[in-house]
Parts: sequence; C-alpha cells; structure tokens
Amino acid sequence: MWVYEKKLQYPVKVGKCDMRMAKYLYTQYGGPDGELGAAIRYLNQRYTMPTNEAKGLLTDIGTEELAHVEMICTMIYQLTKDATPQQMEEAGLGTNYAIRANALFPADPNGVPWTASYIQAHSDPVTDLTENMAAEQKARAAYENLISMTDDHGMRDALKFLREREVVHFQRFGEALRIVQEYQAAKKIF
Amino acid sequence: MNDKEILLRSIQEVEFALLELNLYLDTHRYDRLALMEYNYYAQNLMMLKYNFDMKYGPLMNFGFSPSVDGWRWIEGPWPWE
Repeated sequence: MWVYEKKLQYPVKVGKCDMRMAKYLYTQYGGPDGELGAAIRYLNQRYTMPTNEAKGLLTDIGTEELAHVEMICTMIYQLTKDATPQQMEEAGLGTNYAIRANALFPADPNGVPWTASYIQAHSDPVTDLTENMAAEQKARAAYENLISMTDDHGMRDALKFLREREVVHFQRFGEALRIVQEYQAAKKIF
Repeated sequence: MNDKEILLRSIQEVEFALLELNLYLDTHRYDRLALMEYNYYAQNLMMLKYNFDMKYGPLMNFGFSPSVDGWRWIEGPWPWE
C-alpha cells in the first residue's frame, strides 16, 4: 500500500528562461539511469532480498525515488507548461510537441520511451545490490552533467539536492551489501 | 514566503530528517541515539502536519489527514503547480 503526500520532497523553483533544460531533464525522468528506473528497480528487487535490512531499505529508497520522479516532472512541467509550439521547437522538443503537445512522457531526451530493460533483477542479493550501487553512481554523474549545463539558480539548487540523495543511497546500499554478505557467511557455518 | 509556505517548509525539513534517519536505521537498527532522534522528530512531524491539515486542508489522502471543512483534498495548487 502507498499513500500520497500533497507536497514535493524538496521545493522546486525554476526560472522560465532556460527552457532547453526541459529536454535534458528528461534523462532523469525516463532515461536509463533516471528516477523512474530507480524506483521500479528497487521496488521490484525487494521481493527476493534475504535480509530484513535489505527489504526495508529497498522499500524506502524505492519510495523516495518516486518523490524524485515528481520533482523532475515538476521541473519539466514548470518549464514547458505555457510554451508555444515554436518555443517547444527551439528547446529541441518539436518532436514531443508533434506527438503530444505539452504533455509529459516517460522517455529520455531523445524521446526514446522508458523501458524495463533499464533495470536488472537477478535474485542474487550481492548482484542486485551491486547493480544498485552502480546505478546510484550513474545517476550522480548524470546530475553533475545537468548541473554544469545550467546557471538557473533554482534549478541548480533542486538538482544539487537530488545529486546528494544519490550519494546517500550509494552509502546505504553499501551497508546493506555488507549485512547481506555477513548473513551469507554466517549461513555457511551452521 | 507566506505563512503556508513557511509551515510547509518546516514539514519538508522535519520529514527530510526523518527520511535520513529512517534509511540510516534500516542498516543500523541498534543505534539508540538515532532511534531517539527518529522518535523525537516523528512527534514533531505529527504536530506540524496536524497544524497544516487544520489550516490549509489535508496533506494526505485515504484518511491519513482529516478533512474537517468540506472535501478540500482536490483544492489546488497541486505540488507541481
């Protein structure tokens, strides 16, 4: 069961002037290392985790990633909501406009739709948790790319918050991995 | 910032502390100090949310917030607006 809170995890205030960022932000919505992929990856992997620590952590981080999806979508929406077809075209979103006008869509900046092949699940908890640690680093690097592409203060602020979250998640997944490995080692003794 | 934004901002801050403590406790379940902090902020959050719900309408759906003054859940602005 999930419940919704009618607020963002962190305030998002974007200026109107950097509309081309809307296209680039799509990488963190429906791209291979984006927030949607992260949420689905963790919430799908949790079922076969052997320890309660890992089950809890994947549930909680997977849920937090859904809040990040909402922050990214809010940024894209704020940037594009009043854009004319011509402004969409200038921002590189002409093909988006042709198909769906100003609607959002879980795709990468090139319009390639999000796909389940962006995630992995192998039941082997060491494999899955290591995959997650790599995924967090890839997302951190993507946020650094995005931060370096804009000087909009509000956007940089929100992107820096999201970048920090990737660092914390990487740390927690590392701890969950150590606990899983200790659990596996203890099982071999008895 | 207006009064609503100030209250919402404090809810976001306290929830952030709780989320951080929650993830930390997931992998450090026997840390008593972190647990004390978690319970302290949880109490804090309950009061802040109650204040918000009463003044500005429900923050949560499905009965997790009361809706005393008519059905205010569907009133805008929504978080992305």
